[in-house]
Amino acid sequence: MEHLHLEYDVDGNNFVSAGQATENVKFCLKGLGVNPQDIRRIAIAMYEGEINMVIHANGGKAIADIYLDKIVVQLIDSGEGIANIEQAMQPGFSTATEDIRSLGFGAGMGLPNMKKYTDDFAIESTLGVGTKITLTVKF
Amino acid sequence: MTVKQLANLLKATTVAECDFDRQIEGGYAGDLLSFVMGRATPNCAWYTIMTNVNVCAVATLTDCAVVVLCEDCQPDQLLVDRAQSQGINVIATSLDMYQAITIVAKQG
Ligand SMILES: Nc1ncnc2c1ncn2[C@@H]1O[C@H](COP(=O)(O)OP(=O)(O)OP(=O)(O)O)[C@@H](O)[C@H]1O
Ligand SMILES: [Mg+2]
Repeated sequence: MEHLHLEYDVDGNNFVSAGQATENVKFCLKGLGVNPQDIRRIAIAMYEGEINMVIHANGGKAIADIYLDKIVVQLIDSGEGIANIEQAMQPGFSTATEDIRSLGFGAGMGLPNMKKYTDDFAIESTLGVGTKITLTVKF
Repeated sequence: MTVKQLANLLKATTVAECDFDRQIEGGYAGDLLSFVMGRATPNCAWYTIMTNVNVCAVATLTDCAVVVLCEDCQPDQLLVDRAQSQGINVIATSLDMYQAITIVAKQG
């Protein structure tokens, strides 16, 4: 196997379907026999990213590339972007609305979780253009 | 303790049953989903008052043994359906989180 390439559209403002891309990637990793702890790490990080695109960016794309020794997930949206990445990365910082909070999101812990659970975390964002996050977990 | 034993202890009703013989190790209480995903450990009992369908995603991701809905919170039908189809144990109790955890702690 060279490597496995998967692409998903993440629907904006749809909390019911949110997490489907993550579910699918998890299923593939299980099938490939990847260590459950590594599956857990990438799945939580990817789900946080998926939810962020739903809440903050009106949807986007999730791309997963699975290699023998790692998985790389890219979350790409053309939302409003992040003004201050350093601030957004602070645990507890959130711009989520009251509606979103009532669903259990908006603790401001998503980006910190993504960093915590991955071996490599990269974020690029341009105001008015969008955000791209790259998550890597090594097996 | 198994899920079944916990349900008895908390006089909880069954919302979705997958494997009530599953062994519980530890617990986590909280409603903010990113905190739960950051802190809850596999096989734990997760105590919450959140009742929407995203609870299922978080329960699956953390691999908790059971979701304990506290304070008589009524789960959304979507949560019930998805918990059943994804094989997640969910129980509901009228106790609040503090009361529930105190009872469990007394059991040791
Ligand atoms: N894809 C994105 N597009 C635009 N803004 C974003 C995006 N992702 C995150 N942000 C901004 O960064 C902030 C922090 O994100 P983070 O995921 O840490 O917390 P949250 O989504 O607000 O709450 P939580 O993840 O705990 O539910 C968000 O409130 C939002 O302002
Ligand atoms: Mg978030």
